[in-house]
Amino acid sequence: MERIDPRARSDAYGNRINRSHSTFLATVVPWGSILLASILPLFPIASALPLLPPLGFLMLLGWRLVRPGLLPVWAGIPLGLFDDLFSGQPFGFAIMTWSLALIGIEILEGRLPWRAFWQDWFTAGIVVGVYLIVGWLLSGAIPNIHSLIALVPQLVLSILLFPILSRIIARLDRFRLHRWRTI
Amino acid sequence: MAPTGQRRSGYSRRAQYNLFTGYIIAGIGALIGAVLLVLSFFQPQLFGGLRGAAADGVSPATETSATVRTGSKGIWDSISGYYRAGSKNAELKREMEIARIRLAEAQAVEQENLRLKALLGLREEDVEPVAVTRLVGSTASSTRRFAYVGAGTDQGVEVGMPIRSPRGVVGRVLETGSDSARILLLTDTESVLPVRRARDEVVAFAEGRGDGLLRIRLINLGINPLEKGDLFVTSGAGGYYRPGAAVAILVEKTDDGGLARMVSDPAATDFVSIDPIFEPEAALAVDTPTETELSD
Repeated sequence: MERIDPRARSDAYGNRINRSHSTFLATVVPWGSILLASILPLFPIASALPLLPPLGFLMLLGWRLVRPGLLPVWAGIPLGLFDDLFSGQPFGFAIMTWSLALIGIEILEGRLPWRAFWQDWFTAGIVVGVYLIVGWLLSGAIPNIHSLIALVPQLVLSILLFPILSRIIARLDRFRLHRWRTI
Repeated sequence: MAPTGQRRSGYSRRAQYNLFTGYIIAGIGALIGAVLLVLSFFQPQLFGGLRGAAADGVSPATETSATVRTGSKGIWDSISGYYRAGSKNAELKREMEIARIRLAEAQAVEQENLRLKALLGLREEDVEPVAVTRLVGSTASSTRRFAYVGAGTDQGVEVGMPIRSPRGVVGRVLETGSDSARILLLTDTESVLPVRRARDEVVAFAEGRGDGLLRIRLINLGINPLEKGDLFVTSGAGGYYRPGAAVAILVEKTDDGGLARMVSDPAATDFVSIDPIFEPEAALAVDTPTETELSD
């Protein structure tokens, strides 16, 4: 085919003969994976101290930084609303912080349009750190120094998890744009 | 990855408006979030219905995972049980003998207790748990320590009921859904529980610190009589918890009490029983503000 017309398969991501993308998957995978990640911390062991990273928020950051332009700026409202139902923080916390985080990254992107993965990781680390500390301040309980110290393992885990999550998101993105057989 | 060209709207009016509306909606969303947050600070129960419905929605999945978790723990336990089985067996036999003797002694004490109580005219009926269920999950990523149990208003669970595991107190019910309930664990910073030392009458408050430990604050200040290894049990004050359930063991002494570790760590707990409130009238009286009481 390529010998006849070199442009026939020039686009690595577009449609091909007998193969095309699924609109359903292309829309659902990013949103669905963030919703799923919001519920996931419910399942593991009922621990006496907060240990699991805020997976929903990390997933949102991951999609935003790994695939810019995919999630709209207002995505924090519906996704945050869902996260609030399960996170244990007072209602409205995720709606506010997720929206602010997305606006913040949007501004940052205007300043630094070209970035390497290291910068993305740095951004995500800072954003997650701020998110956890704000979450500690606005948890509805009186913040004390002990619960702040208890945040440290969670913060370290969150920062270490980001590269792995980015890889997972890249895989999910390939799955999202997989070309299925069509007639 | 470099940003896509979507942010540059060019001359297209439609694209310009779309982009602008997106920013406006995001900003309004952040504001709405802030308003909801303030609302839920002053009215924490306001969104309880929504949360209850959401927890009910995922409860089939969380209950299955709780079953699998317990099952896998059981398999691991039986594998590790084979390791040094002989010496363990001998040790267990010895412990068993001692336990039998202690049991006989305990029966004697119980008998004596019954006699003395009959003498005093006190009577005590056994408490029937409202529901026996699993601890199905927890808010593992939030600073607040909440957990979910797989029973709700359909099983007769009400707000304020104490949750016990076979080892000791776990927490109390905060919000109920129809098939699940959210409970406040003892380690949450908002949780305060009146306790006493098991072997005498030293009374204290056990407050959650938010890092997995409880802070024991003595009510009578003076010379701190506590020692490492002291067991604390519920005192029954406040009217929610039945007296005599194990709560925590002291691990560190401080000026005004100490730090204690929960006896019934939620991570090691699987089945819990939800008990009725010990003295509902007393609990209600404690909750009623003095002003309302006076105005009646």
